[in-house]
Amino acid sequence: MRGFWNKVFNLEVVCCPCLLKADIISTVEFNHSGELLATGDKGGRVVIFQQEQENKIQSHSRGEYNVYSTFQSHEPEFDYLKSLEIEEKINKIRWLPQKNAAQFLLSTNDKTIKLWKISERDKRPEGYNLKEEDGRYRDPTTVTTLRVPVFRPMDLMVEASPRRIFANAHTYHINSISINSDYETYLSADDLRINLWHLEITDRSFNIVDIKPANMEELTEVITAAEFHPNSCNTFVYSSSKGTIRLCDMRASALCDRHSKLFEEPEDPSNRSFFSEIISSISDVKFSHSGRYMMTRDYLSVKIWDLNMENRPVETYQVHEYLRSKLCSLYENDCIFDKFECCWNGSDSVVMTGSYNNFFRMFDRNTKRDITLEASRENNKPRTVLKPRKVCASGKRKKDEISVDSLDFNKKILHTAWHPKENIIAVATTNNLYIFQDKVN
Amino acid sequence: MAGAAGPGTGPGAAGGDGDDSLYPIAVLIDELRNEDVQLRLNSIKKLSTIALALGVERTRTELLPFLTDTIYDEDEVLLALAEQLGNFTGLVGGPDFAHCLLPPLESLATVEETVVRDKAVESLRQISQEHTSVALEAHFVPLVKRLASGDWFTSRTSACGLFSVCYPRASSAVKAEIRQHFRSLCSDDTPMVRRAAASKLGEFAKVLELDSVKSEIVPLFTNLASDEQDSVRLLAVEACVSIAQLLSQDDLEALVMPTLRQAAEDKSWRVRYMVADKFSELQKAVGPKITLNDLIPAFQNLLKDCEAEVRAAAAHKVKELCENLPTEGRETIIMNQILPFIKELVSDTNQHVKSALASVIMGLSTILGKENTIEHLLPLFLAQLKDECPEVRLNIISNLDCVNEVIGIRQLSQSLLPAIVELAEDAKWRVRLAIIEYMPLLAGQLGVEFFDEKLNSLCMAWLVDHVYAIREAATNNLMKLVQKFGTEWAQNTIVPKVLVMANDPNYLHRMTTLFCINALSEACGQEITTKQMLPIVLKMAGDQVANVRFNVAKSLQKIGPILDTDALQEEVKPVLQKLGQDEDMDVKYFAQEAISAVAQRLTKLDFPVKDNEEPSAPGADKNHFLRPRGPGEDTGKAHRERAARVVSEETVEAARFRGTDAAKGPAHQFHVNTRDTLAQLEIAELVHFSQSRD
Repeated sequence: MRGFWNKVFNLEVVCCPCLLKADIISTVEFNHSGELLATGDKGGRVVIFQQEQENKIQSHSRGEYNVYSTFQSHEPEFDYLKSLEIEEKINKIRWLPQKNAAQFLLSTNDKTIKLWKISERDKRPEGYNLKEEDGRYRDPTTVTTLRVPVFRPMDLMVEASPRRIFANAHTYHINSISINSDYETYLSADDLRINLWHLEITDRSFNIVDIKPANMEELTEVITAAEFHPNSCNTFVYSSSKGTIRLCDMRASALCDRHSKLFEEPEDPSNRSFFSEIISSISDVKFSHSGRYMMTRDYLSVKIWDLNMENRPVETYQVHEYLRSKLCSLYENDCIFDKFECCWNGSDSVVMTGSYNNFFRMFDRNTKRDITLEASRENNKPRTVLKPRKVCASGKRKKDEISVDSLDFNKKILHTAWHPKENIIAVATTNNLYIFQDKVN
Repeated sequence: MAGAAGPGTGPGAAGGDGDDSLYPIAVLIDELRNEDVQLRLNSIKKLSTIALALGVERTRTELLPFLTDTIYDEDEVLLALAEQLGNFTGLVGGPDFAHCLLPPLESLATVEETVVRDKAVESLRQISQEHTSVALEAHFVPLVKRLASGDWFTSRTSACGLFSVCYPRASSAVKAEIRQHFRSLCSDDTPMVRRAAASKLGEFAKVLELDSVKSEIVPLFTNLASDEQDSVRLLAVEACVSIAQLLSQDDLEALVMPTLRQAAEDKSWRVRYMVADKFSELQKAVGPKITLNDLIPAFQNLLKDCEAEVRAAAAHKVKELCENLPTEGRETIIMNQILPFIKELVSDTNQHVKSALASVIMGLSTILGKENTIEHLLPLFLAQLKDECPEVRLNIISNLDCVNEVIGIRQLSQSLLPAIVELAEDAKWRVRLAIIEYMPLLAGQLGVEFFDEKLNSLCMAWLVDHVYAIREAATNNLMKLVQKFGTEWAQNTIVPKVLVMANDPNYLHRMTTLFCINALSEACGQEITTKQMLPIVLKMAGDQVANVRFNVAKSLQKIGPILDTDALQEEVKPVLQKLGQDEDMDVKYFAQEAISAVAQRLTKLDFPVKDNEEPSAPGADKNHFLRPRGPGEDTGKAHRERAARVVSEETVEAARFRGTDAAKGPAHQFHVNTRDTLAQLEIAELVHFSQSRD
């Protein structure tokens, strides 16, 4: 395991980040094979990157990602009944399992989910009867025989076309979408409700969870994320702003208002403070690929839960414990409400999540070692090897250490993704996407 | 070619000496790749015309290869293509060449849209019958195998639907291969394919030899019924129906029943729901003996299931289950084993369960007879009539005719009346709408006396409801009542009240009078219309609200055919002419319309030879805003439309009247652009078709 560990930390830059410049990136997601990587941004755009086929001669330059397709997924809208602007920002992207040569993904903003098809075309029809190929009309009297058009090869064209629009089902902002392992349904969660959709039916969805109190003044808790189990089609979880995770079994009942498991860690009374509730809010929940564990991210830590143990997490990793003393100023500049996401590596042995100052953290679950790395402009040359960073919490600052006070809280890494099979990671800083991989020797 | 001859005349006029028969085909072929989807769709629908013109040889060598590559198109085009190809055998040279159609259908069978794939599979099934046995093994079976072992699950799901058509005609060696392929699809990695296999399992079992059914299908069925995904398990319930029909009672008991029992108690409510939903089919498939021993207890459990969806599905089946029991001993079984559970359901906590039960419970009275109905069912009916949920009450009321036959409606009338009144005044307009729709039925059952005494005032009150949809339904209702009770009744009870509203200060109510007159005039006949209604309508022509005035014009147009010539000439015409000079342009427009319709009628009357002909103009416009709504119509859409109307009634109403008529106006658009001629003719046909369906 140690060898693997070193490998993971020996990351090098794959592509120059300036090539991958985008608007403020709001989500990053690999597809199931890892060959494609989709990002969504604040401007409603989806950009898809494709991994170059391995180049056998230059073995060290394998796996670069290049832009494959870019399309405008959502446009800004205005809800006239409620006098509300609906932002075009892409909140989440989820790839569908591949069903034919084309690729499909769901993208969502606050209100509307869209199913997109990304397909390649390398042939086009040629030959008209009544006009030339350039559009000039022929004299109809000269048409004496019929011509059937034929397909001829052309330059590869990638098309993105909207296939379905799932709208008008959410009153609040959609924070998660997740595709079921039955390949035909998916869920969408907003602050108070979770809906279940069929991928082919757009005009109705079923509300399976509703935590809206009859009186909105009694509202104490909102849904922050939701996800389906990777292989048990009847199980899903949702996390709340109170730091709890509820697991529901759709077999038991059509409405899942009553959970079948509640994962919650009793609060440590010594750490109790004004901010306790805010920092315990869960910003992301992800099942492991195996389906046995799930990972949650709250403001200061990452927790791994065994689905069979509800009373406490099996592992807890501190992401930036040195910020505990800074909560007051983080509250004032609203950073305390940042929603960090987290992800698993392909074999579930390492987890990754983001932090401030363009730092991101990785934790090896076997060796319990961790590392802080930085995605920065300085290492925008391909094949630069990333150096571990250290933040000094207090006292004397050693060489190479960064003091807590000099951290830049405007540079945050909220979205990260891990290739499902290889050690390739995608890290989104505010408006740059970095792709790193194992160093190739 | 006949179909193409019509469109051909347009370009002929434009082009000159070109080959008239070739030109329209050339247009069709070019439009196969037009930018406009509608034109492409149109061309694809005329694919047989193209193929006919090209001849079998060129269809095979040029058209089909082109179509095979067209899979990038829009779904609706692909769907039409898949459908066309199913009937193409004759156009490629008959059964000997049917296999030429396989490549395009094969590529259509792998697209992501389920509707397109399903249609492609349907067409493949169709042309499989046209293959010779040799061609079937040489071309069709390899295609099925290719699909079944395709990389993507879309092709494998399509394969599932093709096994049953090629199996019966294959040789025994090939048969074994086919079975092998089906087996592997039943244990495919993706749930999509397992679901497709499960849903085709019953169909495949039917074409298999009985031994193979027992040795191969039953194990597959058992496996699918215990799949980890409940979406697969629930489909096995459906397969159970088909398999059960093939087996003897003993085999059934040994091979299928354990699985079925398990399904009825599955951990997932969706599987239990499926059992409840398919209960009648299951009951017929397993026969009376197993029904009594196994299904009745299972049904009892479903009726008290912890999930409301399951209880509702089971409640829906109560009547069918009872009907299908063997006549001998039926009453005892129902009384002892079913009725106690039904009694529980009447006070269920979930309204969907109660309303599902209410929609069928009345049907039991014919099965149980008069005495049992009075003693046991009547209390349940009465309880449901008092239910807090309007839908439950509505369902009881809508099925009154069943009880009427057995015990007479009088038994119920005491409870019925308060229930009706309450529904009639419900705060939700959709509830009011629903009860209005049952009024003619109720009136028929309760008789004119009871109606006049108790219900008439309700019918009148609806005419001044604040929701347009209710007023509209109320006018319609009056028409049906008049048809039921006759003109004399109308003259005495309804017409005076309707006419009084003409002086109402609210212009919407004044318009209601007009709408009522539109609806009633035909049913009431010439005399009442001329003597009582016409003066009121004419008087309203001086109304200060333009909407009322143009509705007067429309009403006059509507009742014109009923009036005699004198009235038309002396009373209607002057008023319409005055309206034709109105300052409001809409009033003018509708007055002109009415004038031309009336004039047409008057001229026709001048020529007695043509007198028996229907006046065409009013006929075409028949009831366009009082269109009777059939139960089969998309009520959701109608509701949305109505809801929209409620939001801003006047505006929307006016817009609707103006909008529809304006849209109807230009019926002479056809000579605009020759290139689009074909499409427009097609559209014209469609429009015509939908009107005649109305």
